[in-house]
Amino acid sequence: MSENRRVVVTGIGAITPLGNNVAETWEGMKNGKNGIGPITLFDTEKFKAKLGAEVKGFDPQEYLEINEVLRTDRYAQFAVAAAQQAVEESGVQGSVEPERFGVIFGTGIGGISTFEVEHTKLMERGPRRVSPLFVPMMIGNMAAGMIAIKHDCRNSAIPAVTACASGSNAIGEALRLVRHGYADAVITGGSEAAIVPSAIAGFVNMQALSVSENPDEASLPFDKRRGGFVIGEGAVAFILEEYEHAKARGAKIYGEVCGYGSTCDAYHVTAPHPEARGAAQAMLEAMREAGYTESDVVYVNAHGTGTPMNDVIETEAIKKALGVEKAKESYVSSTKSMTGHMLGGAGAIEALACIFALNEGVIPPTINLNEQDEECDLNCVPNTAVEADITLALSNSLGFGGHNACIAFRKV
Amino acid sequence: MYFDVIAKIVSERTGCDVADVKPESKFADLGIDSLDTVELIMNLEDEIDMEIELDQKIETVDELDKFIQSKQG
Repeated sequence: MSENRRVVVTGIGAITPLGNNVAETWEGMKNGKNGIGPITLFDTEKFKAKLGAEVKGFDPQEYLEINEVLRTDRYAQFAVAAAQQAVEESGVQGSVEPERFGVIFGTGIGGISTFEVEHTKLMERGPRRVSPLFVPMMIGNMAAGMIAIKHDCRNSAIPAVTACASGSNAIGEALRLVRHGYADAVITGGSEAAIVPSAIAGFVNMQALSVSENPDEASLPFDKRRGGFVIGEGAVAFILEEYEHAKARGAKIYGEVCGYGSTCDAYHVTAPHPEARGAAQAMLEAMREAGYTESDVVYVNAHGTGTPMNDVIETEAIKKALGVEKAKESYVSSTKSMTGHMLGGAGAIEALACIFALNEGVIPPTINLNEQDEECDLNCVPNTAVEADITLALSNSLGFGGHNACIAFRKV
Repeated sequence: MYFDVIAKIVSERTGCDVADVKPESKFADLGIDSLDTVELIMNLEDEIDMEIELDQKIETVDELDKFIQSKQG
């Protein structure tokens, strides 16, 4: 198994704050649509943070039978739905042996809404009222497990749980499975549904969330006015497939996943390393695997959360990885300005942004970027998409725990 | 007789038509597995306002109905 096979994307699915399919999600991004609004999933009266980027109009019964819906947390419902879209579009089902078909699916926390509901029952009505489905609904590997059941994936089926880097780590680990011959196709991506009172309270008290009540002045990556991220939710899924296999069956090929850097700051539980040590190293490794040269025209889909610290440190990481001059001439945008921070789903939707940016030659913007911070002195594509014939797209994801993941994409 | 309320809950949990639930229907055939059974009992407790300690194997709707009646004394 010393192979080094090429790995391509042959299907994508999306349930996001910008739309419940891939086309609406990408059109939204390209057009600078803001997916942020007042939180409707619970009453925020007692909470300082009022805004979220919720998935809207999602009907799980389009993807699951009613009895399955009742035993599936929202995060896993999103994951199963996105995966089904991706599998159907790719046509991969049946062309790959079940034993060669895997799942690597990321989530930051898993079924936190189930946890809250059942814990409330425990407190209010005692242990005998806690659902027997509590554990299977809550655990963070259940999205991967359910996707494997739905699509008969009998290879590795495991989650990536690296906080806000989960989606990117999932894609990277899936890349390695296929590249090194352990599987021929893998369903990958990330999902999150954590817009729940306990999570919002914790993030607010950590001072990580924007407390703005104006959706156009809340998620403000690279802007001087930024004061924290806006929580988002949703899932994006991909079919990663070995290139020759995809070509032989005449599959539609979106692009190549050609590099992965995975590092840890080994420094602090929540704060990034002050010199962006791990983030820069992850970028460099992804670039090396992708065969980066100075002639590449680069787009970086930044982690860009809009917290005061992240955006400055990430600017430093990009400069370290590309060199200051190249960093400044590259395109860098944060689509979290539109999608909010989908946590474990973030790396996945940002991979979607990279793939379409390469395919269409359009860089999605950082919306509401009106007062760019001098400390984030990169080409941050403010407010409107720009056309650019990029040759390499990099997606950064940085997570609590010091996890850094960078994925590199190219056109085929 | 708890048949009607059991049938209603089965229908809500499985999406089947209430009319398709018969006394002799097996829960397994209705798509209700062991995990669902415990949830179904909890739903039932709320509907009939009574604690149900299931201490024997129940396979059909009628068996559950009779079991609850027996516990009611």
